Amino acid sequence: MRWYYKLPLRLRSIFHKNQAELDLSEELQFHLQNQIEEYVAQGMNRKEARHAAFRSLGGIEQAKEECRDARKVNVIDNFLQDLHFGLRILRRSPGFSILAILCLTLGIGANAAVFSWIEGILFRPYPAVTHQERLVAVGGASRGEPRGNPLSWPDFQDLQRSCTLCETLLVSKITGTTLSIGDRAERTTGSIVSANYFDAIGVHPILGRGFLPGEDTGQSAHPVAVISYQLWKGRFQGDPQIVGKTQRLNGVVHTIVGVAPKGFYGTFVGWGMNFWVPASMEDVFESGGYKLEDRGARWIESYARLKPGVSLQQAQQEVGAISGRLEAGYPTTNRGRGIKLWPLWQTPFNNAGTLLPTLEIMMAVVAFVLLIACANVGNLLLVRSCARRHEMSVRLAVGAGRARLWKQLLTEGLVLSLFGATGGLLLAYWCRHLLVLLFPARGGVQMHLPGELDWRVLALSAGVCLLTTVLLGVVPAMQTSKIDLAHSLKMEAAGVVGGGGRAWVRSGLVLVQVSLSFILLVGAGLLMQSLLKIRTASPGFTTRGVQYTAIDLVSAGYDRVRAQTFQDALLERVKALPGVESAAFARMTPLTYVSSSEAPIAVDGYEPPPDESPGVEYNEVGPDYFVTMGIPLVTGREFSRADDEKAAPVAVVNETMASRYWKGQSPLGRRLQMKGRSLQVVGVAKDSKYSSVRENPQPFFFVPLRQNSLRGSGLHIRTPLAPDVMGAAIAREVRALDSNLAPYEVITMQEQLDRSTSAQMVAVKLVGVLGGLALLLAAIGLYGVMSYAVSQSTRELGLRMALGAGASNLLRLVMSRGLVLTGGGVVLGAAVALALTRLLGNLLYKVSPRDPVAFGSALALMMIVSLAGCFLPAWRATRTDPSRALRD
Amino acid sequence: MAKPTDLVQGTLDLLILKTLVLQPMHGWGIAQRIRQVSKEVLQVTQGALYPALHRLEQQGWIRAKWGESENNRRAKFYSLTADGAKYLRQEEAQWKRLSLAIELVLDTP
Repeated sequence: MRWYYKLPLRLRSIFHKNQAELDLSEELQFHLQNQIEEYVAQGMNRKEARHAAFRSLGGIEQAKEECRDARKVNVIDNFLQDLHFGLRILRRSPGFSILAILCLTLGIGANAAVFSWIEGILFRPYPAVTHQERLVAVGGASRGEPRGNPLSWPDFQDLQRSCTLCETLLVSKITGTTLSIGDRAERTTGSIVSANYFDAIGVHPILGRGFLPGEDTGQSAHPVAVISYQLWKGRFQGDPQIVGKTQRLNGVVHTIVGVAPKGFYGTFVGWGMNFWVPASMEDVFESGGYKLEDRGARWIESYARLKPGVSLQQAQQEVGAISGRLEAGYPTTNRGRGIKLWPLWQTPFNNAGTLLPTLEIMMAVVAFVLLIACANVGNLLLVRSCARRHEMSVRLAVGAGRARLWKQLLTEGLVLSLFGATGGLLLAYWCRHLLVLLFPARGGVQMHLPGELDWRVLALSAGVCLLTTVLLGVVPAMQTSKIDLAHSLKMEAAGVVGGGGRAWVRSGLVLVQVSLSFILLVGAGLLMQSLLKIRTASPGFTTRGVQYTAIDLVSAGYDRVRAQTFQDALLERVKALPGVESAAFARMTPLTYVSSSEAPIAVDGYEPPPDESPGVEYNEVGPDYFVTMGIPLVTGREFSRADDEKAAPVAVVNETMASRYWKGQSPLGRRLQMKGRSLQVVGVAKDSKYSSVRENPQPFFFVPLRQNSLRGSGLHIRTPLAPDVMGAAIAREVRALDSNLAPYEVITMQEQLDRSTSAQMVAVKLVGVLGGLALLLAAIGLYGVMSYAVSQSTRELGLRMALGAGASNLLRLVMSRGLVLTGGGVVLGAAVALALTRLLGNLLYKVSPRDPVAFGSALALMMIVSLAGCFLPAWRATRTDPSRALRD
Repeated sequence: MAKPTDLVQGTLDLLILKTLVLQPMHGWGIAQRIRQVSKEVLQVTQGALYPALHRLEQQGWIRAKWGESENNRRAKFYSLTADGAKYLRQEEAQWKRLSLAIELVLDTP
């Protein structure tokens, strides 16, 4: 019973088959010898004794076979035989094999590729990080707001001190800088991190060091940076003496203290990081000044690694208790604010959250494609199994058990799906980094979305392959169980169109194909419509005719005064360009990743409810911003050149903010406290979209650029000219002012909007392409079934013709049969689609999951395709020669 | 391919294991011994003996080793494993219960 007895014996039976056979012969020979000797001893002569011994023992070969059975050699032997036979059959019909393997490669490959993306992006996004399976995202959560928001540095430190279930906590906040000032300004991404960052994630710099404890304290006190391997190799040509050299980052000279190892891209899903700076350098990279001592300034994105064996729920309870204490201890800043943990794949502050619904849909879609591919291959196998009926009958007749036939057919299915799986994994290997191609670069930085082909993906693919095998094997196997030996020796009775017992399996498969592709078509239609709605819905500002670029003066080392002079001069020059109607600088451009700042505010006369600490996002904008962007003002005025550092601080609020804090009264002339300053409201702007097209109207306000940070690098231009014309002109003007400077690429706001909705676009593209593929497969399936039906029923068709049916009658007969199949598939598909489309939820925008247009157009498309699929067989039916059909 | 019924197979297994309690033996020896001990009543044929030996080996109850036979020929000797001894004790008890029960039934007039 013990495996260590059995395993060597089994292995011996397989791999030392000859030796085992020899042993068996010798053993039996020994027995025979002894028997002979016994007979001799009883007085027979040698020859007689020999004969007698053979007689008494029964057949030697029979005994051997039974010993082999006892050793279970036959199970393996039969399998090898089946395998061999399966391969031979595939070789004999290369057309069928190639088609079937292609279908399966596509189906399995698509699945493996999507698994690898999900693994690499959602579940194991940071391969270089130790124990990432225990890593969770940490963020703030205000009551009644499911979306996560950032934490403040003091809150993070308190959490770090008091969390006992966390092994380690670390900060990693995405930021960016402009690196090459010269011909082209290049944006690169980096992270602001806590000093424990590299130790906490177990990544050790290959040159130099990580950050030292205490380097994340003090305002701009530690200008040190660790750079990525890619940056080191690319920009610094792999300089071995790099440690100790300096690099200007956002205008501040940083000392490079280390180089991160190859293959480490930081801890942010969506972009690869190229540099890391300690949190003390925060005010160099972040807007809104020095925030390390400000509990109200929330800007941190962080992660925690839980201790082994601690569940997310347990940790969440402890973290909840800590945030409760913080709330009680610091009511002015923390009232109504909690701290929440998320699993990595739901991280709210990177692209994991945005990609999740898209990847989920992809997974469903590729599963559909696999099913359709299986149905198609199943259909092909069926056609072949009809051709192999005779072979099966003979096998049964000579005594093969049904179980043995099933085993053989399943092995053949396995051979096919193994080929498919091999091809599929190769396909997945090539596609593992392809997802990124579907996303346009944003702000000149290409996204970083690597797939991961690890053992989990391989195991899943193997599972898919096994499932496919069973599906493929079962169909022809079902057919064999219906073989009636006596009957199959006689001539097969001629069929009628669509009739016959066997046809239902094939028709059933086509039904499944049609319904699955109908579901995909509906999904594609719905996604397409919502994409159109998103891209054409007004975001509250002009999208066409407004362009945007940026000039990063901070990175170029400009100080406040020089930057102001430069911006004024550039604005004058740009406004003077032919075709420019107006232009304005602003810190943040809507719908870009650059987040708007948020500040706690106090409004005179507004008493916040006890569980709310009002914090509102704002933007810093230059004169003429509203005119340029096309955001209408409801009342009041917008900022002018006069609203500079010497003038009284002012603000423009949006309608939602006005109605929330001033409750129907005009906010004009009222005051608003922010960061210890009192701003007078001078205007009310219409609501528009700020960080996402899909966001609900939210309070927002604007302050003049000159009265604030001056980090405004975004130049917004209203012009009817083409972006490339504008781009060339602006580059010329910038260079005229400073030959070392270059602007970013110039794009329209519409382009910006399109880029910000690329997740939807990707979903539409993928579902569209795969839906089209499914449609094609379904059409092929339908064509196959109808052709087969026609070829099997020439007798009936001939008879009908002889009895006076015209070509049009026959055409109608065959076509209607095909359309009934399609109709059935569509009804089935529609029923399932109605249940499934709700799951698109988040990706749909102002489109009902039961949208009649999507269903209608899917129906129309399906019908057209099925008509096309049926026409050729139907036409062939009309060409039946009645005299020949009846004679044969 | 008629195979021995379970009863017959189980019984043969039992006899083989019991025979091997004394010492390791080769197939021929086992057959002879069973014949002698049963006073020529039980004749184990080669066709039944060797598949049974191989099956028992597969199950780990006996182990095979090549050695020298009493007349100096190479022969395969089977010996009882610890698992086999345990199994034998179980089966022996089971058999005794069963045969007692059958006797009872047959003796009842």
